[in-house]
Order: sequence, then structure tokens, then C-alpha cells
Amino acid sequence: MSKTVTDVICPFCGTLCDDLVVITDDEGKKILNVENACAIGAEKFLHSSDLSHRVTRPRKLQEDGSFKEITYDEAIEYTAQMLVNAKKPSMYGWSSTNCEAQSVGHEIAEICGALVDNTAAVCHGTTLVAVQNVGIPSCTLGEVKNRADRIVFWGCNPAHAHPRHMSRYSIFPRGYFTGKGHKQRKIIVVDPRPTDTASIADVHLQVEQGYDYELLQAFRAAVRGQEITGDIIAGVPKEKVYEAAEILRSGRFGVIFFGMGVTQSLGKDHNIDAAIMLTKDLNDYTKFSIIAMRGHYNVTGSGQVLGWQFGFPYAVDLTRGFARYNPGETGTIEVLKRKEIDAMFVLGSDPGAHFPMQCVKEISNLPSVAIDPHITPTTEICKVHVPVAFVAIEVGGNCYRMDNVPIEAKKVVEPPEGMMTDTEFLKGVLKRVKELKEN
Amino acid sequence: MSTITINLISGRTIQQGVSMEGGKETDKYMKACGIIEIDDSDFKRLGIMKNTNVKVKSQHGEVVVKAIEATQGPHPGVGFIPMGPWANSVTNPETYSTGMPTFKGVIITIEPAETEKVLNSIELVRAKCWGDN
Amino acid sequence: MSEYIIKNGKVYDPKTGLKGDVSDVCIKDGKIADKVSSKAKVIDAKGKTVMAGAVEIHAHVAGPKVNEGRNYRPEDKLFTYKPTGKHTRMAGGFSIPTTFKTGYEYARMGYTTVMEAAMPPLYARHVHEEIKDTPIIDEGAFPVFGNNWFVFEYLKNNEMDNVCAYISWLLKTTKGYAIKIVNPGGSEAWGWGENCTTVNDPVPYFDITPAEIVKGLLTANEQLGLPHSIHIHSNNLGNPGNIETTLATLKIAEGVRPNNKFGREQVLHHTHVQFHSYKGDSWGTFESGAKEIADYFNKNKNMTMDLGCVTLDETTTMTADGPFEHHLTSLNHLKWANVDVELETSSGIVPYVYDPNIKVCAIQWAIGLELGLLAKDPMRTFITTDHPNAGPFTRYPRIMKWLMSDKSRQDMLKGFKHSDKVIAATNLASLDRELTMFEIAQMTRAGPAKSLGLYDIFGGLAKGMDADVAIFDIDEDKIKDPEQIEKAFTAADCVFKSGTMVVENGEIISSGNKRTLWVDAKVPENKQVERDVQMKFLKFYSMTLNNYEVSNHYVPNPYVIEVDSN
Repeated sequence: MSKTVTDVICPFCGTLCDDLVVITDDEGKKILNVENACAIGAEKFLHSSDLSHRVTRPRKLQEDGSFKEITYDEAIEYTAQMLVNAKKPSMYGWSSTNCEAQSVGHEIAEICGALVDNTAAVCHGTTLVAVQNVGIPSCTLGEVKNRADRIVFWGCNPAHAHPRHMSRYSIFPRGYFTGKGHKQRKIIVVDPRPTDTASIADVHLQVEQGYDYELLQAFRAAVRGQEITGDIIAGVPKEKVYEAAEILRSGRFGVIFFGMGVTQSLGKDHNIDAAIMLTKDLNDYTKFSIIAMRGHYNVTGSGQVLGWQFGFPYAVDLTRGFARYNPGETGTIEVLKRKEIDAMFVLGSDPGAHFPMQCVKEISNLPSVAIDPHITPTTEICKVHVPVAFVAIEVGGNCYRMDNVPIEAKKVVEPPEGMMTDTEFLKGVLKRVKELKEN
Repeated sequence: MSTITINLISGRTIQQGVSMEGGKETDKYMKACGIIEIDDSDFKRLGIMKNTNVKVKSQHGEVVVKAIEATQGPHPGVGFIPMGPWANSVTNPETYSTGMPTFKGVIITIEPAETEKVLNSIELVRAKCWGDN
Repeated sequence: MSEYIIKNGKVYDPKTGLKGDVSDVCIKDGKIADKVSSKAKVIDAKGKTVMAGAVEIHAHVAGPKVNEGRNYRPEDKLFTYKPTGKHTRMAGGFSIPTTFKTGYEYARMGYTTVMEAAMPPLYARHVHEEIKDTPIIDEGAFPVFGNNWFVFEYLKNNEMDNVCAYISWLLKTTKGYAIKIVNPGGSEAWGWGENCTTVNDPVPYFDITPAEIVKGLLTANEQLGLPHSIHIHSNNLGNPGNIETTLATLKIAEGVRPNNKFGREQVLHHTHVQFHSYKGDSWGTFESGAKEIADYFNKNKNMTMDLGCVTLDETTTMTADGPFEHHLTSLNHLKWANVDVELETSSGIVPYVYDPNIKVCAIQWAIGLELGLLAKDPMRTFITTDHPNAGPFTRYPRIMKWLMSDKSRQDMLKGFKHSDKVIAATNLASLDRELTMFEIAQMTRAGPAKSLGLYDIFGGLAKGMDADVAIFDIDEDKIKDPEQIEKAFTAADCVFKSGTMVVENGEIISSGNKRTLWVDAKVPENKQVERDVQMKFLKFYSMTLNNYEVSNHYVPNPYVIEVDSN
């Protein structure tokens, strides 16, 4: 016998699909099958149920590189002591957990005077900076589905990073005003490689890697009917730029989706600045919006909770008792490089795999705790690894999609026996931190 | 066989995503991410067989990965390593005051390294952190 | 629970008719009592002003556009950030305070109930997360209906029962309080980059006019008998000559009688009327239309308004009037954020500097005050700044000062760079009325509570009402300098919320136990609407129907107002 749970939210990427169907065993302990998910989402659900690979208790790093099991209480004690005794601890990650846990974490950070930062640090942080400079004309994904007839993927590859995005929102759906689906949409992909996403595009502009800024500004000129000087702009022939600009202007509702190709390459926030200004310019001729392809399923949520509690979306510095923000200075990458922090707390992300190695090395030299259901490069170089229940699989909670829409994730199966959730662990740490601070 | 210089980018692939969810300590993850995708023309310049190991070096570090043919090419002059500890052994930690490392657009050299092993992600990170390099 | 007796204060309470009479106020078990035991803690309010906790009828304090405002304006946090306190979390943000600061600053001013002015239903969960994180004050939120596809289709087909069923369902699903209408029709037109600037401009494709939308929702509101009336931000906000659109909108409510069991006497509440009271046909000929608008409100007693006073600060505009915000950025070229929400609404954010040296800004400042001074019925005229659009809510004490002191207004008028032009374009210089403390109490407590249908609970000091009480260190008869007014109302001596002392000597001493107010209007079962909702979610929304409802744990301390609309 089995149970079927519908309308399940997938905890992988910012597409935050909420139409998954999960079939579990009768007791609600093991996941048997997943429907509607992409390959990555399906793997996430199915692998979580493979208990032979789950670490189910906290463990402490030994001298010889092996791990010794400790209790949750001991892990809470280590974490609380570490944070309280540090002068400038970092609490990083937050993107693969729910808003409830993020909120408890912030309380701890405030009491301990910590830096709080999320994975926007290595993803869309530069987007957030650009928005702070020039704003952002945007819309929800349903608007794209119902109205859009011009789609641009600039520096992103949804076929690989947001696999169901095109079928749920941007290319294939038949919406209220878009009954012909992809047949009435024109798609432009800008990417230094002819990616799998580019293979379904009407136009692929193979921009010279790292020169997107020029191309974006050239687009702005072309859209405004100005003449572009030079025959080749960033590897793209001038005529193609004019043609593409005309495709955009001739639409009635367009959306630019963008990703790491422009946030992480040279130009950084200036690239995004130019893309947003291009969108704004297009609104003088037709209707256009721009949406960042957020990576983790709840990095947006972390930015929201940080925003309403402290006033800034990432790279927040609480060390002086009030919140400060200056990404090039207070961002986790920079403070690690400058060796400014003396304790590292990681929850809901894997900097060990995704930070430049220089920063990972610094983390490995510090007192450190990694909260993660998986074994990752981070957990294997931190002093304590605390496994917790998978959010959206073994515990519910609120998450925010790439267009900032909040969707509540469900609990689908029971966590392994005796495992804590992020929120339970953090509440334990908070309690202990308050006791220690009192004395 | 020679050493070539190309421009490196890193990013997501489906295989990176799936294998990551299946466990970063696995061989599958290593096979999905301990690779560099190189254009045919750059293979010719390198003068090696496809699916052999190479050493990738930048100003910031080095790593051994398997060189495979570009799956989303052609892109002469551009190499692609899926995001992960192999890519991050060589990506640029310079943020130019933005807080964002330069994961895309790093000048690297590639040289043949047939006899060297690609390390598993955990071995790799531990070697980088606690080892001599 | 604790007992308190506030002795010897000058009490201003429209509910019980006290106009500065020296009287005691008793608190027992969280409510106003007529007497307490000898064990009650005594608070001496001799020479001080005592009022019920104030009720904010319209402010943008919780939700996606508020938070986008916070995140995209790091500069708003400079200079004024307060570190963690003994009883308070760290608190920052001048025009868009963090949720902690919002709760603390309202409470310090003696405000105990606040209504979030606009909730996009798709984002309702976000609004409630922020409400949950706003300490002390009770809050409710108004879902927006004026650009909703279901509403368009039902009203176009004259299906009043269906629109009522949908409204009831949406209020319940989003845990919302009232029917909010913003730029009816125009924000849907903005989905194509267009707008509706008169009440007769048809919405592209849906072919319904703003007048039809307003009329339909007004009728539905009365059929449902909701505690509040429709709450409207009419078309053509901010444009010279817009009094024409405003009057045409108000006309829709003319002669309509209210139907409800909550003591509500109006059928329409128009918000931030200042932005809708402009004459002239260009910025050059821009002048005050406050007289025309005030006259209309004075004659038509079935309407209420809030002022939307400009405070002459650097602030942030944010509204569900998407096309207006795009227009604003083309005027001041400051960073523009926009979010169009599928099937429901749109929104925009643009920072704005109301510079007293700019003629138009000074005229706007005057208009807001004129509306307050020309109003014959302070029970139907409420003090707001459409926070943060015309200014931060922390300026309410300053507005009270301006309304109560002619001298302070004249000093301002004289100090403007274009003083002569401003005086010529407005009526303020010749208005010497000074509002009394009692009238202020009407405009900030009793009036808004009554308009919201909450006058049995909030806004007054009658026995059985919630013990929301504020004590201010000021005596109306001993004011030597208008600055005393602003100072006293900025930080109350003492504030009680539901019988718990939350402010003492101007400082927060407790985070209280805030509640979320929402309205459950029970209607007959409606299979047609159920099917329509299922169909639209399946085909047009980007979220599934089962994931749309705000579940109860986002409203941990609910205060449900039940309405039998059968």
C-alpha cells in the first residue's frame, strides 16, 4: 500500500515547482516515487529516503581526520560556545532551509554580533547591488506565462539549471493571452556557448565571454534607434544586434531572464545595471520586465527575512550591535580572504564546494560548524557536522520563489528517527547562547 | 602534446545537479564535475586524446580533471568546468570590491596529465585545505 | 491579569464624550473597566493627556513591495539605526522601517492597531510573515480587488452573488480584512503598459470601466455587510486636474446606504485624498483643489477619508498603482522597481524627495492640511501620510502640530522659497482654524476605528473595550510652543496594549502579544465560483490552488471578525 501526496514543493532551485506528486510507503517513512519533478528534484527526493547514506547524528572531527559521533546536545553546546566566544563569527548559508529557521538564526546572530550572509554572495549578490542602484521592473512568473511573447535568456542556461522553467513559465505554457504557447513566442539566447537552451531559441548571440556589458549597452542604443559604431560588438555582428533589438521592440510583453553569465563575470553588478536599464528603456516602447534566475530554492527567502528584520538582503554585519551593509567589505568571501572572522557557522549551503578554494582553506582553519543533511566538502572540513531533516521533504516551512512569491513547503515523510530539524537545532542554540550571555 | 592557454568558465549542468543530490562524496559527482569541457579545436592544440586527464592551472591554484569534448559547443578558446571544488581550485577569488568572486572568465593553462588521478571531492578539498598546496 | 488605574488625567474620548475632563481610566484583564480593586497599580496622569490607543487606517508596513523598498534602499538605514536594547531588537530604516522598528515606533506614539493598506493575494503569506514579526501592534491587511480577473468577469456579467462568494473566499484564503481598490482597472491595463485615467476608460480586453468596478465592489461590500467599507485609491493619482476623476469616483457612492452590524456609517473610504485633490492643468498651473473635495465630503456623510499629508521629507513612494510609479520615475529619474502580479494587481516603488523649495511639493504639503482644516466632521477625516508615500508615519506628531497650531503653519509658509506662489495656489494661509485635542482624538482614534467597523473594540475608552490606552505629557491648556505638541506625541509617557504596559517614559518595555485581524464572511455555498477558481488556477496561475491559502500558522494569534453574509 502506498500514500500519495500532491502539490508538493521541490526544494532545489528558484523555479520552486509546487506541483510535484510524491508517493510514499504506507507509514509515510520512505519515498517510493516522484512525479513531475525534473531529474535533479527527483534525485533529491529519492536520495533522501536512502537511509544507508544518511548521517543521522552529529559528528565531531578528530585529529586524524575521522569523525566521532556526538549527541545533539553536545553539538548545540559546541555551536553556542563557538558563537559566543568569537569576536566576529560568520553565519553563512541559509538558502536551503525555510524562513522559520532563518529567523531563529538571525536572533542568534543579533545576540552574538555576527555576520549574516546567504548564497547570493556567490550567485545574485551583484544583482542585488545593481537593483540598489537602478531599481528593477519585474513581474511574477504567471505574468510571463499569460502575456509574454518575447523571451531573452541572457547568461543563463535553464535547460541545465532550472530544468522545468521553460515548460512551466517561460517558453511552452499556453496562458490566458498566449494560447499558441511557444509558437507565438520569440526567444533570444545570449551566451558564449551554444547551450542546450540556445538550441530552442530563435536567435543565439554568441557573445564573447566577459564582454556582455558592451553588448547590453549596444542593445540599449539599438532599442533607442541610435547608431552603433563598430562592426562587431562583443563578438556579435552589428546587424544581429539591430535585428535582435527590433525583435524585442516589436513584442507586446517581453521578459529578460538572466543568470551567472552576467553576475559572475567581469563587470559584475554593472552588467546587471545595464540589463535592468535596457529593460527600463524597452518600457518606453512596449512592456518589458526582468527576472533574476535565483539559484537555491530559498535564497530569495533569506533575502526577504534579512530585509524585513534588518533592512538589507545579504552580506549583513551585526558585529557592532546595529546592522551594516557593504558587500565588498562585509561579504563572506571578502572577510574570509582578509582572515577577519574567527568562527564559521554554515547552514543550508555548501561553501566547501562553491567558494574559491582560498576561502575554503580559511574555513578549515577556523572553529566551524556545518548544518547539512548531506555529506559535503563543507561538512568534511568543518569541526562539527550536524545533520538535520530535509526541508520540504521531512519538514515544511515557507520558501520564496525567484519572483519573490512565497510558497509553503510541506512535510512529505518522517525524518529518520531522532533527527532534529534546522529550527529545533537553532532554537536549542539560541537558548544556550542566551544562558551563556547572561553569565 | 603541449600546454595551451584558454578562458575558463564554470556553471551548472544537469549531471552536476543530479549527482550532487545523490551525494557529493560519490564517484558519480566526481565524474560529473571533475571534468573540463574543451572545444575540438582546443583538443587539437593540446594534442591529446579525449577523455584523458589534464592539469588545469591558473594564478590561483591547480587541479587535475578529465578533459572531455564540449557538450554544448562549439566554443573555441573557452573551457567549461561544472561548478564545484574542481572548478573552484582554479577560479579567481578576486571580487573587485563587489564581494562576488570571478567564477567566469579566468585565464588558465591546460597541460596533459594522463598519469595523474582526478580526486574525489572530499579528497580534493581536504588536500587543498590540510595538504601542502 | 494586572489591574491599573490611570488617575487625574485629562481624558479625550469621543466614545464616552470626554473632552479633556479630568477622569480616571481603569484597566482590568486586558479591558477597560469601570472600577478596579485597591491592588491596582496607580499611574498618576495629572496634567497629562489620556486617549485610547490610536488606529492607523492606511500604511504600507508589511509585504513584498515594502520589503523590496527596504532591500533596494540600503541608504534608508544610514544615520538612524538603533542598536539592540534591553527589550528591543535592533531597529532601522527611516522611510521604510524594519518590522521591529515599525512596531516599536507606532507603539511609542501611542498607536496600537495598524492596517496594512494593500496586500497582493498571491503574496499574502509574505504580508503575514512580516505582520508576525511586527511587535506589539494588532494588524490587519487589505487584499486588493480592483484589478482582479475574477472580479472583472463577474461584475461584467452582473453576477453579484458570485463576486460576493469570491470576495468571501479571498478574504478567508488570504486572511484579509477589507476590500481594497487601487487604481481600478488601470493596474491591469499596466500589464500591457497602459492605464485607466478616467472612471470611464475601459480596461483592455476585459472591457469593464473603473466606474463599473467601483460600483460593483461597493454593492458587494454592502451585500456582504463587511465591517469596513470599500477602501479606494482612485484613478489618476498625482496628476494636475485630477479632482475631476476623484469627484466622479466619489459620486458612485452618492446616496448609497451602508448595511452592516458593526456601526459603520460610510459606504466608501477614500484614502490619501491629498494626492487626489489637484486642480490646474500642468505643473505650472498646479493648485489646490482641497476646497472642492472637502465641500463634497462635508455634504456627503456616507463617506470617510484619510488625508495622506506630505511631510516634506526624503521618502519612498510605493503603491499598487503601477503606472503611476512608472510616470513618477520619468519625472524624477530615481530608481524604479515594479512588480506586476498575475491575475491580481501591479505595484511600483520610487524614492521621492519632497523638497520645500519646490513649489509643487509645498503646495502638496498645504493641500493635505487644508483637507483636515476644512473638514466639518473629524469623525470622518483621518490623519495619515499614506506611509511612506507622502512621508514616514513617524511624522504624525508633526502633522498634529501643524493642524493644532496656525503659527506653525504660517511659519512654514513664510519659509518656503516660493512662498508667494504657494500661498496664491492654495487656501492654507487664510485658514486659521486650530484643531482641538478632542478633534485630534476623533481623527486618530475614534474615527478610524468606527470606519473600520471596530469601534466596539478599539479607538475608545468605554467599559469592555480593549485596554489600549496612551498617556502623553501635554496639557492642551498650557501649550506655549507648538513644538511641545510634536514632542509629546512622538514618545508617549505610557502606552497600554490589551492591558499590558508596553511603553514607559517613551521607551519600549514589552513586545506584547500582537494579534492579526481578519474577516470571515460566511456566504452560501457557490459551486460556480469554486469551479471558476479551480479552472483559473489550473490554467493561468503559476501556483497550485492547494498551495494558495495562507495556513493558520502564519496567523499565530488571530482575531477573526465573523460576518454572517448569508
